[in-house]
Amino acid sequence: MSTTLKRVHGYLAEFDNVQDLYHAAEHVRDAGYSRWDVHTPFPVHGMDTAMGNPRSILPKLVFCGGITGTTVAFILQTVTQTNFWGQTLGLKFVEDIVETYPTVVQAKPIDIWTLPAFFPVMFELTILFSAFTTLFGLLALMGLPRWNHPLFTSKRFAKFSDDGFFVCIEARDPKFSQDGTKALLEKAGGKNVELVEDEI
Amino acid sequence: MEASASNTPRILEREPLVLNNRSYSWITNRICGIVENKQPALWWILFIPSVLLSGVMAFCFVYLISTGVGVWGQKQPVAWAWDITNFVFWIGIGHAGTLISAILFLTRQKWRTSVNRAAEAMTIFAVMCAGLFPAFHVGRVWMVWFLAPIPNANAIWQNFKSPLLWDVFAVSTYFSVSAVFWYLGLVPDLATLRDRCRPGLKKFFYGLFAIGWRGGNRHWSHYETAYMLLAALSTPLVLSVHSVVSFDFATSIVPGWHTTIFPPYFVAGAIFGGFAMVLTLMIPVRRIYGLDDLLTPKHVDNMAKIILLTGTIVGYAYCMELFMAYYSANPYEAAAFTLRGLTGPSTWAYALMFSFNVFAPQLFWYRPFRHNMVVVMFVCMCVNMGMWYERYVIIATTLERHMTPGSWGEYSATWVDQWTFIGTFGFFMMLFLLFLRFLPVIAIGEVKGVLPQSDPHFDDRGEKGIQEEDLMLYADRHVPKAASA
Repeated sequence: MSTTLKRVHGYLAEFDNVQDLYHAAEHVRDAGYSRWDVHTPFPVHGMDTAMGNPRSILPKLVFCGGITGTTVAFILQTVTQTNFWGQTLGLKFVEDIVETYPTVVQAKPIDIWTLPAFFPVMFELTILFSAFTTLFGLLALMGLPRWNHPLFTSKRFAKFSDDGFFVCIEARDPKFSQDGTKALLEKAGGKNVELVEDEI
Repeated sequence: MEASASNTPRILEREPLVLNNRSYSWITNRICGIVENKQPALWWILFIPSVLLSGVMAFCFVYLISTGVGVWGQKQPVAWAWDITNFVFWIGIGHAGTLISAILFLTRQKWRTSVNRAAEAMTIFAVMCAGLFPAFHVGRVWMVWFLAPIPNANAIWQNFKSPLLWDVFAVSTYFSVSAVFWYLGLVPDLATLRDRCRPGLKKFFYGLFAIGWRGGNRHWSHYETAYMLLAALSTPLVLSVHSVVSFDFATSIVPGWHTTIFPPYFVAGAIFGGFAMVLTLMIPVRRIYGLDDLLTPKHVDNMAKIILLTGTIVGYAYCMELFMAYYSANPYEAAAFTLRGLTGPSTWAYALMFSFNVFAPQLFWYRPFRHNMVVVMFVCMCVNMGMWYERYVIIATTLERHMTPGSWGEYSATWVDQWTFIGTFGFFMMLFLLFLRFLPVIAIGEVKGVLPQSDPHFDDRGEKGIQEEDLMLYADRHVPKAASA
């Protein structure tokens, strides 16, 4: 007999197709659960509504990332190529921090009015910073990378990346009950309802 | 019922994106099978020469470093020749991948799902090939880090007003963002491969890169937002990259280069050449790996139409260049184009460019040609060559005859030029074949997502969902069923 301590992670129910899963999600949402999720091999359109999920805040993060990129490019170019910070704004310490040897080429001015020549790099860095904010912001919002998860102990769950459709209601949910949750999932059409346990 | 059928306007039936009504697990098995099973003999037949050619490329670069950049054929007045031609050629190829993954995503073109993964891989590998040329063109390649804006001992910063530096930023951003986009798209499919592996080294590595993906909708929700954001970022990016590449020429005062048409002309040309390369790669892949149900004639047809459209834009640009050379009444501009097309030393290149890029794609006006893989491959090969000649014509032949006759010269490529270029094809093919071997060539999750049964409201039309018979009301080519009911 195993002596490993186990903790209940939640109930996992399987559904035959997207349509059943969609209606089941509406049932679970209406029953007032909050700590649950559906697991699908592809994103199901409208599932956010069926689950009552809020809109992702990722675009706001990316906007900040993009603005940072524009600013970085503006500062980088104006500090190293123009007299904007030291002479126009009178911030002499900027010239002390960044040592420059101005190269005047192509007869382009060295004051701030050479700005249009800086647009391409400002644009590119905006995109670059936004893209990396998207990547790392996404990982942060998803809480990944996370290689182990209690759900992976379920043999049946591996089908989620092929053609399986699952609903998992976690035990952390305040409305979770051993019988009630199972009954709800079965009533919603869930098959093979199983208790997923986490080794601790 | 019948009366209304005759009154309703006729709509054309939409061709299914996946043929033969394939199931989710069939798609998983077929695509993962490519990675999991032994590769066909043809894979090895292509892979071994590709590795050898990569070695030739490496040898050529080592020879160039150890001897000097003079082993390439360029000398005054032709200081930019094959190397910059090859750079623009390869970077242009990449653009089709981003167009498919980003622009077609934003415009909701669902057919993109079958080709976007391979096209994005092509983008990344093509940009890798492209980056090699300017890096070695600088001459002292060990000083290439001077391109990066980091403080150095001489307090000399990059010239941010130069289009060449814009290019450094554009191309490196393009590579980074394409790689992020590609990897993000791969995560769910890597999870599929992970879940199918037996425990072992393979499962470890697929699992490592699948970052513990478990397909939760709370994840998908953020993931789809991220995917759309990256598409929205890549769209202006891809247009900017080739515009910036064209600035290398357009901001100069060389007759034949100094034109405002260059940015849109270069972008259209890049997409044109890129789609030809996508088809050159994907038509053999669908045949060899039995992906005919996923990559259907419909996909080839759509891409052929894009080639026709962008090829026509390119043809318009060629003609407009000639017209402006005449209409601007600028004798230098007129001389540049007369020498390029009629009297110069490289008119043969101009003729090849024009026939490959403008005349060959006109075959695609005719539908049976778009559905004949031999014809499609033939046109794509023409376009692949034609687009290389376009860059050669713009770069080398212009420099052969610019400004005063005293500074005219002839250009001929050396064996190092030639073998370096051929070597990059080996490098590109090697990377693409490794991609076929280790990663899913078609985005499994995305293809499943566009199947009709993936719509949560698929069953609202009764038990069987929206069947083909339901569309019959609108299409007069079907035999009516309502009569028997």
